[in-house]
This record gives sequence, C-alpha cells and structure tokens, in this order.
Amino acid sequence: MTALSKSWERAVVPLFILAAWEVFSRSGFLPAALLPAPSVVLHTWGDWIFGFDETSQGNTGRWFADALSSATRVAAGYGIAVVSGVLLGIAIGWWRWVERTVEPTIQMLRPVPPVSWIPLAIIWFGIANKPAIFLVFLGAFFPILMNTIHGVKTADRNLIRAASMMGATEQQLLRHVVFPAALPSIFAGLRIGIGAAWMLTVTAEMVAVKSGLGYVLWDSYYFLRYDLVLAAMASIGLLGYATDALIKVLMSAALHWQHGSTLQSREG
Amino acid sequence: MASIDLQNITKIFRDAKRKRDLLAIDNVSLSVEKNEFLCLLGSSGCGKSTLLNMIAGFEKPTEGTVTVGGKPVDGPGADRGMVFQQANLMPWLPVWENVAFHLRLKGWRKADRRDAAQEYIDMVGLRGFENHFPAELSGGMSQRVGIARALLLNPQVILMDEPFAALDAQTKMDMQEELVAIWQKQRCTVVFVTHSVDEALVLGTRVAVMTSRPGRIRELIALDLPRPRDTTGPRFNDHKRHILNLIREEGMQQRQAAVA
Repeated sequence: MTALSKSWERAVVPLFILAAWEVFSRSGFLPAALLPAPSVVLHTWGDWIFGFDETSQGNTGRWFADALSSATRVAAGYGIAVVSGVLLGIAIGWWRWVERTVEPTIQMLRPVPPVSWIPLAIIWFGIANKPAIFLVFLGAFFPILMNTIHGVKTADRNLIRAASMMGATEQQLLRHVVFPAALPSIFAGLRIGIGAAWMLTVTAEMVAVKSGLGYVLWDSYYFLRYDLVLAAMASIGLLGYATDALIKVLMSAALHWQHGSTLQSREG
Repeated sequence: MASIDLQNITKIFRDAKRKRDLLAIDNVSLSVEKNEFLCLLGSSGCGKSTLLNMIAGFEKPTEGTVTVGGKPVDGPGADRGMVFQQANLMPWLPVWENVAFHLRLKGWRKADRRDAAQEYIDMVGLRGFENHFPAELSGGMSQRVGIARALLLNPQVILMDEPFAALDAQTKMDMQEELVAIWQKQRCTVVFVTHSVDEALVLGTRVAVMTSRPGRIRELIALDLPRPRDTTGPRFNDHKRHILNLIREEGMQQRQAAVA
C-alpha cells in the first residue's frame, strides 16, 4: 500500500465525525452555544493560537504559553516517574527482600486514585506547579513500576545463566541482561504512563493551578465558552497523541532487535 | 594434574512440594585430563546435565567436591565456557556483540571488541552474519554463535549440554565435524553431554556411560578410533554394540526394580 493511501485511511474516521458534527450543530437541534460546530471551534482555536481577532477574548494568542506550561508539568512529573518507577521496579523484581519489604505498601497505595490526593497536594505544595507535578508523577509511576517489575520477573533465566557463565557480576547482570530483557515491558508501561500523565496534569490545572490547557478549559466552562472548552480538549488530545507517538519512535529505535520476530514489528 | 576432578559427588534434590528427596547423583567420582574430549552419555533424567551444571557452578553438590584446574568450583565463571542446549543469545545484541559479550563485561572499547570477535566468528564459519540479530538466525547458526562465545573466553574447559540436540541430522553432522576440528586446533578440555550413542562415539576420546536414578557412572570407555571417525567401521560398531548392551541391561534392571 502506498504511503498516501495509508494516511488517507487514518483520516477517514475523524473526517466523518467532524462532518456529521458540523451538520448536527448547524441543524439547530441544540442551541449553538452548547454544541459549537467544528468550524466555530477551529476559528476560536486559531485565535487562541495566533491571536487574529480576539474571539477567544483574554486567551487570544496565548495557546503556546498554555501548552508549554502543561507540557512542562507533564515532562517534570513523568520524568520523575520514569526514573523512580524503572529503578524501583528493577529492585523489586530482582531482590526478593526488596519485594517483601516494599511491595505491600506500594500495592496498598496503587488503588488510591491519584485525583484523591488533590486536597493533600494543595496543602503540601500550594497552588502552583508542584501539586500538578506530584499528581502527574502519581499517575505515571504505578503503570511504569508494575510493567518494569513484570519485565524483570519474566526475563529469561537462561540468559542470566549465560551471562554469569561469562563472568558477569550482579550489577552487570542487571545492566546488561535484566534491563534490556525488561525493556519491551518497560515501554508498555511508559505508554500507559504518558496517557495518565496528561489526564492528571489537566485535572490538576482545573483545581490547583492557574495556568495551562486544563485551566483554560475549566475557566471557559465558567464563562460558557464551549467553543474554547472543545478547543482545549482537542489541544490536549493532540499533545497526548504527539507525546505517545514520540515514545513509539523511541521504542521502535530501542527495540529494533525484535524486528521480524513479533507481531508488533509488522507495523509500518 | 587433572583438568577437572569430581570427587564422591552426591546430589539430592529436595522436593518441598511433595516432601520427598530425590537422589539424582550417587557418589560419582571422575577425572578429566587436559585436552580430553569426554562425552557423558545417558538417557534423559540420568543426572548428566546436573553433573555438568555442577562443573559450571550453576549447582552445588550435596556432598563431594568439584575442582577445575586445581581450584574448587564455587560458582559460574569465565574459566569454564558453556554451550547450552538452546543457544541463549541476547536477542537485543547482534552476532558480534553476542560473541564478544565477555569483553563488554570487561569494559573493552567497541572497536577492540569487534576485532576480537571476528576471529571466533570466522572460526565457526559465520563471516557475513556479524550484524545479524539472533531472531534472524537458524538454529544451527545460533549454536555456532554460542560456541564462538564460549571459545572467546579462551577457557580451560568447555562444557556442552546437548548443544546439537535440536538440529537436523545434516547440520548436526557438519557441526560435529567442525567441533572436532576446533577442539584439535584449540587444544582445550571438553565435557560434552549427550543422549546419542553415535554422537558420543563420533566426538569423544572417552565416553562415560551413565545409569539413571540415581545417576552413577556405569562404565568409562576409552576410544582409540582414528579421526575422522568411520561410523560404519567394525570397531565403531563394536563399541556401539557394547554401549547399547549396557543401556539395555540398565533398562531391564530398572523395569525389574519397578515391578519388584
């Protein structure tokens, strides 16, 4: 199949939804303010980004600043979650005593929805970046941790035997065998984690922060600007999609050795 | 001094689930001389792999001592190269990195590792496949990488655990020939575990015929057949008949013991 017809395939479903939505909004079945047509949303979004006619009022031309503050929170919280989740996951998966001492506590904290930490996060960190980063961390940490543990535990024992036959120390086993063996599973955790990270940064911005895409979304709701609400939702979706795509690129570069041996490797 | 010395080895596996102990190896003593090619021959479950794993240091004997080059074995180490039944290559590393994995652990620079690997890649006939990944190799090629990897350690002894068991007959014959050539060239000690009488007779300078449950050495047979071995010659067949008789007797005794 050619690249052109493939990208056309991707566009079919979104274009159909947009067209149906446009027709539905213009039919007058609902008041236009409650479900703005895609063309209206696009116009407002355009002004939010480029600031040409102030349809988005105070937000005009401020999209990049808003997106950047959300993305910064995601990056900070997610970064902390990746480092700590992978390191702790390897430790729990490898050493039985770490598993025995640490895992019960973690398994008790895991079912607590990250959102329910908001009151404490505000008390501890105030209204600013920190509570949002904390929530993003909580959301991304557990999927990364669980998948890392799984990856370490399912590493092929024979590879560890082979490496110790070649004189590997425990530290070398972890670095040269266990970590690469767990990498496919770790990447699965990274992809789940990035979704959770965007979800929580937006939630935090609605409640505990006064900037970012989530803040604009909630603020516009108070002013009944559903066109802006929808533009914010679309922005979040697009940025989430872009970061996931970035992780997928990293993944296929890091896991290129799976080429031809897994179903996933068939993907273009 | 013997290259490998097993003294009064007994191995008992504790089966915690069934609260029962299994005597896997019963008082085995065996010396392997330098440059010898010893084949451990026995049916599956006779403890031959367990014996090999104890020389490798993956398992500890319940009683008795294992020494290699005069030093007691207390864990796996690069002085004993092992070739496994499955090649056990790191799937994320290309062929040359797998061969030179030991040097990676020792912190060698990439260019030096690459140069060092080439000699062994050529030795096992894999020139041109240096940058292939394990998923792209056939079973025979993977085993060649495993052999090259063990040879690069330049070990005193090479331990082989049925490395050709999963290969087709033709590939197996080629690999056996090449292994003998490499052994003759490298002058190392080989302990080779197999369940195939023919394989033991083609490869070994000595064959240790093992009995099963508990594992004991039934007979040690020195082979003074010229190489390459004529697998249809009368002397080869005499040895083969003798070993098959041992195995048959063993099976009969076991069945009788099971009935009684």
